[in-house]
Amino acid sequence: MAHAEQVKKMTELVAKFVGYTGKVLPDDVIAKLEELRRNEDDPMAKVIYDTMFRNQQLAKDLDRPSCQDTGVIQFWVKCGTKFPLIDELEALLKEAVVKATFDTPLRHNSVETFDEYNTGKNVGKGTPTIWFDPVPKSDSCELYTYMAGGGCTLPGHAMVLMPGEGYEGVAKFVLERMTSYGLNACPPLLVGVGVATSVETAALLSKKALLRPIGSHNPNERAAKMEKLLEEGINAIGLGPQGMGGKASVLGVHIENSARHPSAIGVAVNVGCWSHRRGHIIFDKDLNYTVLSHKGVSL
Amino acid sequence: MLEIKNGKKILVTPVTAEDLKDIKIGDIVYLSGSLTTCRDVAHRRVVEAGRQIPVDVKGAAILHAGPIIRPLPDDKFEMVNVGPTTSMRMEKFEYEFTKRTGVRVIVGKGGMGPETARACKDFGAIHCVFPAGNAVVAAVCVEEIVEAQWRDLGMPETLWHCRVKEFGPLIVSIDSQGRNYFEEKKVEYNKRREEQLTKICKEVSFIK
Ligand code: SF4
Repeated sequence: MAHAEQVKKMTELVAKFVGYTGKVLPDDVIAKLEELRRNEDDPMAKVIYDTMFRNQQLAKDLDRPSCQDTGVIQFWVKCGTKFPLIDELEALLKEAVVKATFDTPLRHNSVETFDEYNTGKNVGKGTPTIWFDPVPKSDSCELYTYMAGGGCTLPGHAMVLMPGEGYEGVAKFVLERMTSYGLNACPPLLVGVGVATSVETAALLSKKALLRPIGSHNPNERAAKMEKLLEEGINAIGLGPQGMGGKASVLGVHIENSARHPSAIGVAVNVGCWSHRRGHIIFDKDLNYTVLSHKGVSL
Repeated sequence: MLEIKNGKKILVTPVTAEDLKDIKIGDIVYLSGSLTTCRDVAHRRVVEAGRQIPVDVKGAAILHAGPIIRPLPDDKFEMVNVGPTTSMRMEKFEYEFTKRTGVRVIVGKGGMGPETARACKDFGAIHCVFPAGNAVVAAVCVEEIVEAQWRDLGMPETLWHCRVKEFGPLIVSIDSQGRNYFEEKKVEYNKRREEQLTKICKEVSFIK
């Protein structure tokens, strides 16, 4: 295939995939919501879960985005340095978002700051968000896609704690966010926590934590223990779906971490809503693709 | 009018204060009849600029939302997708708005504050939550878009006057006695949060 044709093909595939993720939730999110629905015995919470499942079915049947807020589109790209389209990737992803915006259709969610106007295409300065991690010697390209809605973006928070505040301080920081802003971010929430050395390192990790499959654990034993403690603790608060009360509060808690300066603990929390529109797709050098987030989908 | 069908409580517009008397926070109701989308700027126009709202919402419902609409021929429209937006943004206008328009059912996302609670009590109205993220369920409850007013505000802010059928589920968050579901829940949540925090802190002393 000629190079230009390949660019066109990948643009179309990414546009279709982004549109698809706005209509159908990933398998792990559906499975978790099913589990929470099954375990719920509060009648009001049950009605809300039933509504969610009816909504996802209708979205599929009528081919419409399942939530009206299709968010700011974000990509985390792990791209092989030998991937043939590496040079075109950034421009291609932008183009794919424009295409998805009109084809799906997606809501227009890109407002230029300071000039304060909506570009009407979901692209602007720095949007879609693209985090780029090069992978040496590989010729494939791994994409995580995410629709960051307004409601679930709002609870996001980062700060630097004094080491004296310890991991106790991290727990307090996360829990307080849940009962203030979390309530309004459409629980059950997926909670991403970054523990690192500064605000921006912690913040990026907290977003990457949201892109991990639900039910996965941090490889560090203590971090995994803290994930479990936070998950149980936040669930025990009983926010329930829509924050209106129920057995659980979260889809999960994921922690991502890095080393830190001895005098600082950078900590950040990021939240995904029940309508956690995450996609995960891998392209090989010939643009054959494998979708890992949604089984059996062909674009 | 309050209709009970297969155990479902359905409010049919026009709704009276009497119809809302026995509806309590935490109840689940549905709405049939007149529902108009109405959000930030429309509230401002009514309350701050003192303009007459061009859709009569007396005894009817408003929805804090900005929908996705598809235009049809002959100045008709189709509701593609509609979901509630955060109601709290309208808190500072809602007392006056309720007083001036006579709206009875206010629908949105999340809770509202003491001013709305006071309005509900003084004028006999309720605030309800439509579970957000369920934009297609909401859209298919819309039978017809009857009219579109204040179109100069653009698609999200236009007053889309809809005829809806069993729109819901709507969970009552403020009742006409002025009780506020979220405010009561928050007290519980905060208490449990402190208990959980104490528990977690005992197990995460990793810095020694
Ligand atoms: S928080 Fe999520 S589900 Fe709720 S309205 Fe926003 S995008 Fe939709």
